[in-house]
Amino acid sequence: MKTINFFLIIFIAVIGLSSCSSDGDDSSKIEENPMDGYNLLTNIEANGHSLELYSEGRTGFTTGYNEIFIRIKNNADNNYYAHPEITWMPVMHMMGMNHSCPISELSISDGYNTVAKGYIVFQMPGNADEFWDITFTYKVGGQEFSVTETIDVTAPSNGKQTVATFMGSDDVRYVLAMVEPTYPEVAVNDIRAQLFKMESMVNFTLVEDYTVTLDPRMPGMGNHSSPNNEDLTFDAASKSYKGKLSLTMTGYWKLNLKLLNSTGEVLKGEDVTEENDASSLYFELEL
Amino acid sequence: MNIIKCVQKVCAILMAASRPINWWMFILGIFIFPIGSNAQELVLPKDSIITINLDEVILISARKTLDYHHQPKPLSTLDEYLESSKKVDMVKRGAYAWEPTLNNMFSERLSVTIDGMRIFGACTDKMDPVTSYVDVSNLSQAHIASGQQGTEHGNTIGGAINLELDRGNFKETGLYGGVETGFESNNQMSVVGAELNYSNSNFYVDTDIIYRKAENYFAGGDEEVEFSQFEKYNFSANGGYKIAEDQALTASLIYDEARDVGYPALTMDVSLARAIIASVGFEQDALCGSLSNWKSKLYFNKVTHVMDDTKRPDVPIHMDMPGWSNTYGFYSQAVLQAKKHQFLFKVDGYYNISLAEMTMYPNDPDELPMFMLTWPDVRTANGGVYAEDELDLNGSFLKIATRMTVQNQNVADEFGLNSLRIFYPEMEKSKTRFLKSISGQWHKMWMPWHFNAGLSYGDRAPSVTEGYGFYLFNSFDNHDYIGDPGLATEKSMEANTKISWEKSKLKLSAEANFFHIADYIIGEIDPSLSVMTIGAEGVKIYKNLEYANLLNSSLDIEYAILPELKWSGLISYHRGTDNNGINIPFISPFSYRSGLQFDNRSFSVALRLTGAGKQMNYNPEFGEDQTQAYTVCSLTFGKTFKFNNDSMYVKFGVENIFDENYSTYTDWKNIPRMGRNFFLTLSYSIN
Repeated sequence: MKTINFFLIIFIAVIGLSSCSSDGDDSSKIEENPMDGYNLLTNIEANGHSLELYSEGRTGFTTGYNEIFIRIKNNADNNYYAHPEITWMPVMHMMGMNHSCPISELSISDGYNTVAKGYIVFQMPGNADEFWDITFTYKVGGQEFSVTETIDVTAPSNGKQTVATFMGSDDVRYVLAMVEPTYPEVAVNDIRAQLFKMESMVNFTLVEDYTVTLDPRMPGMGNHSSPNNEDLTFDAASKSYKGKLSLTMTGYWKLNLKLLNSTGEVLKGEDVTEENDASSLYFELEL
Repeated sequence: MNIIKCVQKVCAILMAASRPINWWMFILGIFIFPIGSNAQELVLPKDSIITINLDEVILISARKTLDYHHQPKPLSTLDEYLESSKKVDMVKRGAYAWEPTLNNMFSERLSVTIDGMRIFGACTDKMDPVTSYVDVSNLSQAHIASGQQGTEHGNTIGGAINLELDRGNFKETGLYGGVETGFESNNQMSVVGAELNYSNSNFYVDTDIIYRKAENYFAGGDEEVEFSQFEKYNFSANGGYKIAEDQALTASLIYDEARDVGYPALTMDVSLARAIIASVGFEQDALCGSLSNWKSKLYFNKVTHVMDDTKRPDVPIHMDMPGWSNTYGFYSQAVLQAKKHQFLFKVDGYYNISLAEMTMYPNDPDELPMFMLTWPDVRTANGGVYAEDELDLNGSFLKIATRMTVQNQNVADEFGLNSLRIFYPEMEKSKTRFLKSISGQWHKMWMPWHFNAGLSYGDRAPSVTEGYGFYLFNSFDNHDYIGDPGLATEKSMEANTKISWEKSKLKLSAEANFFHIADYIIGEIDPSLSVMTIGAEGVKIYKNLEYANLLNSSLDIEYAILPELKWSGLISYHRGTDNNGINIPFISPFSYRSGLQFDNRSFSVALRLTGAGKQMNYNPEFGEDQTQAYTVCSLTFGKTFKFNNDSMYVKFGVENIFDENYSTYTDWKNIPRMGRNFFLTLSYSIN
């Protein structure tokens, strides 16, 4: 009886606490840091504001899918603005041309009204002569501001490919980026990816209702594959492609992919066979 | 009701499947027929009650110097001793750690125990059967029981092998010891051993140590079998102390370690195989008035096994494959004697932890190592009760035995559980099974005739490999194997019979057993799965076959030409098929052995001949090919010398005299057996 009472008290306490934190009032809460445990990627000082960019897990901008959390601090009183309206535009400055990359809108995250959340898919890293910058246009306290900041985009430290930019057989340029698994395990993992069509150098739109077939392989183990994988299909709720990825052991895996349009035509990628040990469309991961 | 049905089914199947065995039936018929007319009844003295069971006892220890004469090769490995059994065949993957099979069934269908203690190998590739962790120096005898007659120490289908430790047992023998050494020419194996024992009516302690080292052996025709070397040592101590006239405490310890063991038939060798086997026991003559011989034991054993491929040339990928198996257990048993009954009651239980892992190192040093759990920390908790009754039915004996067991298996490692859930998304972490066994064995005598018959039913849970193995490579059929945690228990309905005719000079016996095994567990190819092991042909998943039938039969003759000169002969026939009539792998072809032995107590000579016919029934899907017929001969001489009180025993022999290059159906990937081999053993015992 004693233990039950004890658990009951804890249970009530937890319910009480969690219901407190989900109150939807507009006042900012500085007593609790919503970005606790996140990594500060960069802090942009402009217009008397600090734009803080955070990531969950990553320590910098890397090629591929980057989920980013932004909040804006008023340097005058150290308070964070509630419900900031922010738009962003990353640009790659190449030797001969400039282009952008797929982005999402920035929307206020569920738990905290000071934090805006979105993602950017960098197709390539910067280098000595070519670099990325992001222009933020934001509205706080009824006034609009703008700032452009150069950022450092690197290839992932393990050098594994998580984004593919390619021309489909329909002569459309696509960007396919792996969103999940962030921490792959020896198990059946949820795999999520996003597909964009490159409408112009600066405009990328989400593609719906295609299919990405999945064939994970271990090139170091004679192209061993795993069972019970599920191809990625479009999920309207999350506006992304979801499937199942089985990994039978740790090590280096190559996820061979094929992109099919809504009528089932192959736009990119090949089957893995005895003669062909990899598809031209693939992701890589290592665990 | 179920049992009646089972019996009916066995009979029906026996009839249906009798076409290939008609010949045997015919022979049996001839034997059986005259019984009714001119047989006399006879009541056997009490101590011969053991003949109810069709058990076989292989003497290993030579406490009495006389016993040496019965041993073909005193310091041979335990494996060679077991191979001399009529029912046991040994699967060879090299020169060391052969795997015993009984009634053509492997480890997972057998109960192999050391003094009733459960112990399980730690190798996923069966490179360390339980029998490899003891040596002949530890043992007094091996007790081999066929089928359900072997359920005393655990559930089994094929039977049981219980290795009994050699102990002083409060005999008034005082201090005595001995040293022994042996040498074999073929693989330059040298053996040295020593023992020192003390026993009186209150106290005993036995200690022994043995060391073996062998180089590569040579098959017939001087063909060197590479990676067949081994080195091992074994130490054991056991003792007993009487705390009262009718109470005793006992304890035993075995430490066994093998290093640098080659497995020529496999792709990997072993750098370390180690076992620590320990127990404490309590014995009391009487319990609660009518119960007697109360014996209890607490035990644990810890097995470590490390595979090694660093010495092999051209490995496609280097890997580490260590495994661990720890078992903790107990049993307690007592005897109840009533007028015409002799009951044995036993409760037992064990808890086993089996864990094995594999780490592969990619050829590209920048890539991370590849890791998997091949045995995902499976915890097996098993508890059971066993009861038997030996009934004297005025001229015949009946033994009824039953065992009820609850077994739970639990995957303790999350990583391993998630790995298996790739294949079985709905898989539960834990699974409980109820196992049962019931058997009846009847013995009737009309001198000189003996007739034994038995019917039984028993089942077993899948082994850790069958239930939870993850990409275990079987080099024999070149497939990766994956377990299925949802396998049904394997159920065996068994019938056996033996008829023998014994006069002073001549002994003749014919014996047969038949197993109808429902839900027979075997690997089946799943073409949708991709191999893990580089070079493997496919992936198999353990499945329940509808059923399999197994028949073992033999004809045994012993004739004493002179009191000192004996001739013995044995022929056997085996057959195993599944529900589609397809051959089951590893079924012995027609085989025979014959021996002529002279023994006048100080000098002995034995000529032995063993062989097998061409294998007619085999299954290429399991990597089998047709094994050719062979015959090999061996000749041994033994002589005892006396020095005052001490004695020295010398044995010399030559095996495979004609240097035949051969392999048997149990030789993994047809590795050839040893060619001509001279051996010499010297035993000196000090009294």
